[in-house]
Amino acid sequence: MADTKTVAPKERAGTRFWNWLTETQVWKSIFRHDRPDSDRTRVLVMLSNVFLHLHPVRIRKSGVKLRYTWCMGGLSFFLFLSLTLTGTLLMFYYRPTLEYAYTDIVGLREHVPLGIMREMHRWGAHAMVITVWLHMFRVFMTGSYKPPREFNWSVGVIMLVLTLLLSFTGYLLPWDQLAIWAITVGSNMARATPFLGHEGPGAALLRLGDVPLIHAYDDARFALLGGSFVGEGALLRFYVLHCVGLPLAIGVLMAVHFWRVRKDGGISGPL
Amino acid sequence: MADETKAEVPKAPPTGANPAATPQHRQVPGGDAPATAAAAAATGARPAAPAAPAATGARPAVPAAPAAAGAQAARPAAAPRPPAAPIPDLGGRTTTAAAASAKAPAAATAKTATRDPDDTSPLLTRRAWMGLAWGAFTAASAAALAATGRFMFPNVLNEPPQQFKAGFPNEYGMGVDERWKEKFGVWIVRTPDDIVAHASGFYAIISTCTHLGCTPNYLSAESKFKCPCHGSGFRLTGINFEGPAPRPLERARVVLADDGQILVDKSRKFQWELGQWTDPEAFLKA
Repeated sequence: MADTKTVAPKERAGTRFWNWLTETQVWKSIFRHDRPDSDRTRVLVMLSNVFLHLHPVRIRKSGVKLRYTWCMGGLSFFLFLSLTLTGTLLMFYYRPTLEYAYTDIVGLREHVPLGIMREMHRWGAHAMVITVWLHMFRVFMTGSYKPPREFNWSVGVIMLVLTLLLSFTGYLLPWDQLAIWAITVGSNMARATPFLGHEGPGAALLRLGDVPLIHAYDDARFALLGGSFVGEGALLRFYVLHCVGLPLAIGVLMAVHFWRVRKDGGISGPL
Repeated sequence: MADETKAEVPKAPPTGANPAATPQHRQVPGGDAPATAAAAAATGARPAAPAAPAATGARPAVPAAPAAAGAQAARPAAAPRPPAAPIPDLGGRTTTAAAASAKAPAAATAKTATRDPDDTSPLLTRRAWMGLAWGAFTAASAAALAATGRFMFPNVLNEPPQQFKAGFPNEYGMGVDERWKEKFGVWIVRTPDDIVAHASGFYAIISTCTHLGCTPNYLSAESKFKCPCHGSGFRLTGINFEGPAPRPLERARVVLADDGQILVDKSRKFQWELGQWTDPEAFLKA
């Protein structure tokens, strides 16, 4: 770059500033490539950036058509980022205890500027479930689950489950009647977990003599709720899972998912 | 050792040393392979990489291994030949795999009996120490994982006890009493004539809907328990009569304590559909 630079008297100030900036040590320590004006430098841009290197260097012409991808994967990721941001902001006000949980949610609407923040989180969550399903539908209809993409399809299925679990755990946090009874009903499904649920198939086989090893106080549902009913333990566990555990898991899987799209040949071609 | 293997690969099919283990597609093109391999072996270089693919068209080493091993077993005289290329190179790694397996029968006994010349570790060989270390690490990791799982099950629960004293019988009038529903999830019902016990007395209904686990409400005007979640309805006996509930409400153990109070024990449940309501502790005659 330096050898091709010409300093002419009529050079505009912006250009001079740009030329100076790109020669500074700070700039050159961050960006280790020249201007992306050739195939080689464009590849280097992708390869030298931790975020961009997860993406394909080049994609098919058909891949950029909205009617092919519906942009549902990208929208799901956008909504995840939006939910992460709004969710983090909500955490500044929300306390996951029996005493405060419900009133804090009310306060987020009534006492805090930009009371729409909680609504953005809520509606964004609904939207993400929809876009994830539509993304899955698109991938299925375009046959993009077939080899060599079957592993990435499986990763996507796990992320679908994680998305639904994020919705499920977030559902309890307002701690109103709808939340409590919805989680009561939902978590009762865990009673029927094979072997690990105390009403599930095979659980009766796990016993030492007359002592059942799997009962209502040590089965899968108890581990989820931290108690025998939806109470303070459940509220706290769902909060931790919703804010830390599940987002971490889905974040790691998203990195794998995007990277595998690149490794498996980019967005699949039209059928 | 490396060139020895290559030299014997093409010989195996014609002699029939190991015909069962040799795929058919290796024998068909074998006609021209010996010439190539023999010429390559004569040079003493590493010829098998080009020769074997020419014979099979794809991955020669794996089928070649049993053939070479079989051939060597049949003719042990070939074993003492000194290894020409002791250091395998990357280019010939497919053939080094075959060479290793071919070398195995001869070198196996010597390998296990002695340790590496630079292995001065006491008591056990270095390999055994590594195995022990990995085993200990795996066991410790498994134990830590189990302990972490146990961490999720607290030893003390901040929950109402399953068993409580509900006062004296003469404190109750006829009908449904809701005073323990909020805290213990139990209705105590006093009836003049129970449908099962055919006597007057008390029974305790657990206020958990048998559909999906919500808490029904007692509607005194309609003399029924009605679940707000999905509309299941139960008679005051606990028998379901409307909505999706598949079975009657459960009754809890109810007895008289030593001091004459009613003792309710939710950890002992009685289900109508199992015929358990006839249990003497499912109904307190009074």
